[in-house]
Amino acid sequence: MALVNTTKGEMEESLLEKKEGTVDNDNETVLWTEYWLDGELVHRSVHMTLKKFNLMGEAVAASF
Amino acid sequence: MTTSFKTEILTATHNFGTAPTRGTGVADTFKAALYLASASLGAGTTVYSSTGEVTGTNYTAGGVTVTNATAPTNSGTTAYWTPSASITYTNVTLSTSFDAVLIYNSSQTNKAVSVHTFGAQTITAGTFTLVMPTNAAGTALLNIA
Repeated sequence: MALVNTTKGEMEESLLEKKEGTVDNDNETVLWTEYWLDGELVHRSVHMTLKKFNLMGEAVAASF
Repeated sequence: MTTSFKTEILTATHNFGTAPTRGTGVADTFKAALYLASASLGAGTTVYSSTGEVTGTNYTAGGVTVTNATAPTNSGTTAYWTPSASITYTNVTLSTSFDAVLIYNSSQTNKAVSVHTFGAQTITAGTFTLVMPTNAAGTALLNIA
């Protein structure tokens, strides 16, 4: 059984409610994963893929 | 990219590779620090500061070291550089929304290199991974065209 690191320590994944989502735009692709226990968020990870960054000038503080 | 960095390129303040610009033959160490959505970073940022930086479980002020195993190169008239691995903050809890990362040179008195923003995030007992863009002209993390 897979273990998930949570705010309550490592827990069996099967005991938790898993939610996943993605966000995709010109700057980034985001995959987030959450685990909930009895309505409480106990884990949230984010995997963000950067698409590009151009610099020298206007792109200061540009989005990924 | 910060304005200060543009000037510092010309004065060899930063050395991403091992070219003998300062005779050390060793690349500088670059770090990546996360900043709250409420923080103000941009072209005027000249140096790393803990003001506005995220705080939370297992996050160390100053952030993490950027893996720099690939020297800068160029294609056509564009020079470019990208960290050679993802930037990862492992097993952290960052409860207040953050939306920016500052790349800075910890070998050169923490001088700022670039600020990048993204959609605001929080992390709960989890990992935040920033996967780098393709290291090529026009898509690399840093491009000088």
